[in-house]
Amino acid sequence: MSEPSSSGNGAASEPLLQLESVDTFYGPIHILQGVNLQVRSGELVCLLGGNASGKSTTLKTVLGIVRPRNGTVRFEGEDVTSRSTSYRIGKGIAIVPENRRLFGPMTVLENLQMGAYLQGGGTKEAFDRVYSLFPLLHERRSQLAGTLSGGEQQMVAMGRALMGKPKLLLMDEPSMGLAPILVERSFEIIQQVHESGVAMLVVEQNANVSLSIADRGYVLSTGRLVLEGPAAELREHEDLRKAYLGR
Amino acid sequence: MAEATPPPSAPSATQIGVDSWVTESDERRLHRAGAWGAVLRGWERLPPPGKLALVTPAIAVPFIPIVSSGNLFNYGIFILLYALLGLGLNVVVGFAGLLDLGYVAFFGFGAYTFAFLSGTHHEKGHVFTHHWPAELSIPVAIVLCGVLGLFLGSTSRRLLGDYLAIVTLFFGEAFVVFTNSADPYGVTNGSNGLANIDPLKFYAFGQHLTIASVRGYYWFLLGCVIVVLVVLHFMSESRTGRAWKASREDPLAAELMGIPVNRLKITAFIFGAGIAGLAGTVFAAAQTGAFPQNFSTQVLILIYAVVILGGVGSLTGMLVGAAVIIASNQVLDSTSPPNLQRVLFYAALIIGFALMFRSSWRKLAVVAASTVALGFAAHAIASAAWPRGVHGSVTSGGFLTGAIKHWVLLPTNPGRIADYVYVLVIVLAVSLTQLKGWWRVALAPFVFVFTAFLWENLLIQQPAVTRYVLFGALLIVLMAIRPQGLFGTARVEIA
Ligand SMILES: Nc1ncnc2c1ncn2[C@@H]1O[C@H](COP(=O)(O)OP(=O)(O)OP(=O)(O)O)[C@@H](O)[C@H]1O
Ligand SMILES: [Mg+2]
Repeated sequence: MSEPSSSGNGAASEPLLQLESVDTFYGPIHILQGVNLQVRSGELVCLLGGNASGKSTTLKTVLGIVRPRNGTVRFEGEDVTSRSTSYRIGKGIAIVPENRRLFGPMTVLENLQMGAYLQGGGTKEAFDRVYSLFPLLHERRSQLAGTLSGGEQQMVAMGRALMGKPKLLLMDEPSMGLAPILVERSFEIIQQVHESGVAMLVVEQNANVSLSIADRGYVLSTGRLVLEGPAAELREHEDLRKAYLGR
Repeated sequence: MAEATPPPSAPSATQIGVDSWVTESDERRLHRAGAWGAVLRGWERLPPPGKLALVTPAIAVPFIPIVSSGNLFNYGIFILLYALLGLGLNVVVGFAGLLDLGYVAFFGFGAYTFAFLSGTHHEKGHVFTHHWPAELSIPVAIVLCGVLGLFLGSTSRRLLGDYLAIVTLFFGEAFVVFTNSADPYGVTNGSNGLANIDPLKFYAFGQHLTIASVRGYYWFLLGCVIVVLVVLHFMSESRTGRAWKASREDPLAAELMGIPVNRLKITAFIFGAGIAGLAGTVFAAAQTGAFPQNFSTQVLILIYAVVILGGVGSLTGMLVGAAVIIASNQVLDSTSPPNLQRVLFYAALIIGFALMFRSSWRKLAVVAASTVALGFAAHAIASAAWPRGVHGSVTSGGFLTGAIKHWVLLPTNPGRIADYVYVLVIVLAVSLTQLKGWWRVALAPFVFVFTAFLWENLLIQQPAVTRYVLFGALLIVLMAIRPQGLFGTARVEIA
């Protein structure tokens, strides 16, 4: 295993996820430009940025939905740049996709089973864990996911992602479309999952809330990382405050 | 921390902002009253194996007397054959959501493989003699079809909608051309096909078993259908079955769950091909041969009709779909009496119009009355101004002769006129679907009268064409009643 030399803050643990000068293109359009990003085991990292800055593209690059033209993606030290999405997910990555993307005509239970597809449909233990986080999902397990309310759908999306017992959980705008009380509630759950030892990379527009629970943060602007650092520092940063925190 | 996780039994702390009526949607669902409603509810509650247990005998048993009376391809065997083909296509179209227009080629490939391995064929200086037992030749044919499916599936790698449809359509056509004339070695014996092949011969449990009677093929096919049904049932309930469904609903989300979407699609393709191959072997054995015209596009259309009518994605639906489609296709074949076709035609026309105006009895009554009036009026005007227009004779009348003679215009030599009316009817029918409200009411009688004119003066004299026209009409009517097919499930989705 190659020990990466560019560890930012000199933290002890080896990065779980590491993007090294990644360039991602959609056809001729250069989206991500030399992105270097790390998530260590057990860390909660948030990725901020304006619309179309490339946040979702970063997550897609991590999962291999798009392949970077240059640069490498490492997971647990292994170079997975040319590996399939399926392989990476099997290694322990899961995602709560943008807009949730549940399987609408399938039941809540089936959606959860799909989250553990590579584990054969989910162990009892995985179900128990998800149901204890979201008791409502147990109650609604035979309801079609497409008929749930937006907030309920968010729970299914998170539960589904946790079914495969990931080491790293990617979340693309988990608070999108939720009432303020549910935003708070879902961040409580994110924190709770994080405390159980799952590393997270959370993409958010809601910088205030996400920085308050994150360990570190990155700020993306038109495909380049323009800021990074501990969450507490970012919260005090002048430009960021102007751009995202509105104060 | 303690606040963040309410225990499962806690009173609804998170109920704020949660839409509660969805939970009780089952209790709040409106139910049809009366005995029929009770039957429907009972049916919907039945688990799939229960439905199967009820439907299979209901379809199979009535055909036993017909089949045992030796009317070879007419009913039972054809129905079971198409049910089997429908089940295979359903895996590809219904489970995996792939538009496979070359499906019939796999049916043909299975038939030809079996025929080739079960007899002596010589042409173009080559002689091929094989007499494989069926327990070997059937699996070989199925596996070869699967390999062909794998090959076709992986060449159209991305398996995207239009692209796959074009590739498979081309493949289906290429198969017919190849078997007909393009084969250089005489393996398929050109347009003469492979004839005089062996019946199904098995060697099992220490004895030889030959299936040579119609009844024998019927039972054998029934066995095949049941085995395939059971396998597919368990498959659709399995992890793979759910993954197929997920990939069909949202391929990107499925990919994000780690589901190997493309590999699963190719698997579905191979499965479908194998089932078609199995159907092909039994078909070839039962008609003791394989011929190019058995695998034309018409057959493909019939199989699709079975799947669409039965309900894409439903297994039981394939049996019912096959029974309805094949039975009506047989009833309407060129040897059935024209008057029967006529009755069906008018029935379909009337039901179609009734459905179009079902929301308003007033409009329906106006349309009916003015249609009748329009026919008589046209007749009256024609007999005054254009006598030739009413002096033709009714083709094979039956009990409707009188009514037709006085209501439909029957020119002595319709020829050209009927052709023009054909085009006119198509234009009018399309306009009818575009118009709304009273405009539609105004146009409808004309469409009806012209369609009747077309039928009496042109279509009824061409049974081969009318069969398909009627067939289309039947499908349209049924689709209007149940767009999801007979056994597809309609769901309310609030996305
Ligand atoms: N499949 C694609 N093909 C072409 N361009 C794409 C594709 N997906 C995204 N893009 C473009 O890439 C850019 C970055 O998109 P991305 O989805 O990463 O933005 P984002 O930061 O997630 O924005 P948002 O906050 O609005 O979700 C956008 O300009 C977008 O139009
Ligand atoms: Mg995005």
